[in-house]
Amino acid sequence: MNYFPDEVLEHVFDFIASHRDRNSVSLVCKSWYRIEKFSRTKVFIGNCYAISPERLIARFPGIKSLTLKGKPHFADFNLVPHDWGGFVYPWIEALARCRVGLEELRLKRMVVSDESLELLSRSFPNFKALVLVSCEGFTTDGLAAVAANCRFLRELDLQENEIEDHRGQWLNCFSDSCTSLVSLNFACLKGEINLAALERLVARSPNLKSLRVNRAVPLETLQRLLMRAPQLADLGVGSYVHDPTSDAYRKLKDTMQNCTSIRSLSGFLEVAPRCLSTIYTICPNLTSMNLSYAPGISGAELIKLIQHCRKLQRIWILDCIGDKGLAIVASTCKELQELRVFPSDPYGVGNAAVTEEGLVAISAGCPKLHSLLYFCQQMTNAALITVANNCPNFTCFRLCILDPMKPDPVTSQPLDEGYGAIVQSCKRITRLSLSGLLTDQVFHYIGMYAKQVEMLSIAFAGDSDKSMLYVLNGCKKLRKLEIMNCPFGNVALLEDMGKYETMRSLWMSSCEITLGGCKTLAKKMPRLNVEIINENNQIEFNPEDRQKVEKMYLYRSLVGPRNDAPEFVWTL
Amino acid sequence: MDYESDLNLKATELRLGLPGRDEPENQWPPILKNNKRVSAESSESSTTKSNSIVSNAETCHRDSAPPAKVKVVGWPPIRSYRKNNISQKKLDAEAGGMYVKVSLDGAPYLRKIDLKVCKSYQNLLKALEDLFKLAIGEYSEKEGYKESDYAPTYQDKDGDWMLVGDVPWDMFTSSCKKLRIMKRSEARGLGCF
Repeated sequence: MNYFPDEVLEHVFDFIASHRDRNSVSLVCKSWYRIEKFSRTKVFIGNCYAISPERLIARFPGIKSLTLKGKPHFADFNLVPHDWGGFVYPWIEALARCRVGLEELRLKRMVVSDESLELLSRSFPNFKALVLVSCEGFTTDGLAAVAANCRFLRELDLQENEIEDHRGQWLNCFSDSCTSLVSLNFACLKGEINLAALERLVARSPNLKSLRVNRAVPLETLQRLLMRAPQLADLGVGSYVHDPTSDAYRKLKDTMQNCTSIRSLSGFLEVAPRCLSTIYTICPNLTSMNLSYAPGISGAELIKLIQHCRKLQRIWILDCIGDKGLAIVASTCKELQELRVFPSDPYGVGNAAVTEEGLVAISAGCPKLHSLLYFCQQMTNAALITVANNCPNFTCFRLCILDPMKPDPVTSQPLDEGYGAIVQSCKRITRLSLSGLLTDQVFHYIGMYAKQVEMLSIAFAGDSDKSMLYVLNGCKKLRKLEIMNCPFGNVALLEDMGKYETMRSLWMSSCEITLGGCKTLAKKMPRLNVEIINENNQIEFNPEDRQKVEKMYLYRSLVGPRNDAPEFVWTL
Repeated sequence: MDYESDLNLKATELRLGLPGRDEPENQWPPILKNNKRVSAESSESSTTKSNSIVSNAETCHRDSAPPAKVKVVGWPPIRSYRKNNISQKKLDAEAGGMYVKVSLDGAPYLRKIDLKVCKSYQNLLKALEDLFKLAIGEYSEKEGYKESDYAPTYQDKDGDWMLVGDVPWDMFTSSCKKLRIMKRSEARGLGCF
């Protein structure tokens, strides 16, 4: 292998995409390390505090595409205070300073300021794609900068961000010579937008394949947009309100007939009843449908709609579809691979929108199902066992019974046996979330059978430290463990401290661990950052070691404690 | 001597919960559904504990209702973005929405506005001002919208064009079919301009 010139090796390495394979390649010998280092263009960093921007740039100077994740996953559920961290500015500043040829930036759960967006837009002439998921801290002014300065922008994808809306003219800021857009998603923006500017933008973007608009885009505009972009493959509808007797309705129906490329549909942020028949023409081609933000669509209309969609592979819906609706999904959508059912009334008591029946029906009818997120009122062991037998191919299984610690309603037993069947049957599970009444037994099963699990989320479960120990000992591939409201304490935390260096992170909140336990861990494991989140001054100035810690987040890091932690975060 | 029945002590008994209902004694101690799975004797501040007990006692009085769900931070695990969306739109959906067309004299196309979301004249006027980027000013009974070049009017069920603001809000929303923002120059005949 030493006889090949560098260019040949580079060319060979171009075919190796997976970063795990590339990591292996760089371990072979020094020259391979060097060549691989300069040719790596895509880097994924699951925890932005595990490494510093400077070290990243030194390691991979040729980086073009960067993915960064900031806050811990439970930040999505309001468990992490606002200013905890996850700022992207230092990254953009370093990349700009070192003149990295950045083309793509994908961020999740990070704090993004207008300043960072402005710097980004001015520093990288070839910048092509910006994807922000669950981020916050910016306004439409930042978007305006990106629109104005990124002349070759292909992708601007804003998913579920908290964006302060200055009622923008940001869409106007796309220059007339910007014709490269392939994907534009601003569904999460709350304010008005300039409809004329949007139409002009779509008209001059012949490569536009994905367009997701916000509530402020009315149906009349949508119809005109579809006229200009019949090549769209992914459509997110804003407001779908019209009078079935109006001209607009008829025009839309005609326009929809031409949209034969649409494979993915979402949005319907505002829907008037009985409007949906206009989209029946595109339903037979749909492979992906997300109506989880459309509570305006009744269960009955949902069912009618889905009956036209035989090719669906991914469905995200609200539980108003009901068990009967899910049975219809099961008999219609034989290609289904991913299903997410969200609650339309998260705090509702006893409104049994979906139960174990719906899930069993789906498992029986959809043999290709491998990814599930299911919010329901109740679950039984029998149902879980049936599901396990019907669908041994689950890779992602997330069940959320809305009432924490709810037992099997038929037998009043914990759900240990049901989940046990799932992990025993589904040998390829990599992501698992549990809920319901659960004892140490279920964790015994998980430790024994869930050998591929990488991410595990636990709440209100287990009786003792044994549970956590089963998991830490048995799940060899565990990368992320997040625990809330479980009776796990120092014994479990400190049993195998080396394990945490093999994982990305551990979150524990409302458990039984104490300050002393966390201090011990931090002292023994210098390559871990052990952070205590001390909100509302729960822990006083001179706390005792035996005081319980409400929220702890620990993660491995190559760069030691971070220097941007706010006052209420203590790194031990 | 049975003083208790004469004095009807039960009626004057101080107890937690709604009056006029019997306290089912076998429900004590209440099952606390709060953060910790451990029993009620665990380390909680005394105020939190008594609050939980009160809330559970109240619900003990309802015959077959489940115990009150104490909201736990972080549960259910739904992104706040999604929760906010659903709660707002649940209100919209329940109300059915009340979209009416709004035309502005001289504007190339109409807009729609949801009266249910506005909830008051003040919000409606503000929304119209935002939508069309103009100033309508304040309503006065005697002189209408005299400070502005524009007057908001609506067409009611009878087909008549009325000035916005004369009748109570609820009466307005139930009779309003569409809105039209008139320019001062067009409205000479109305008298209140």
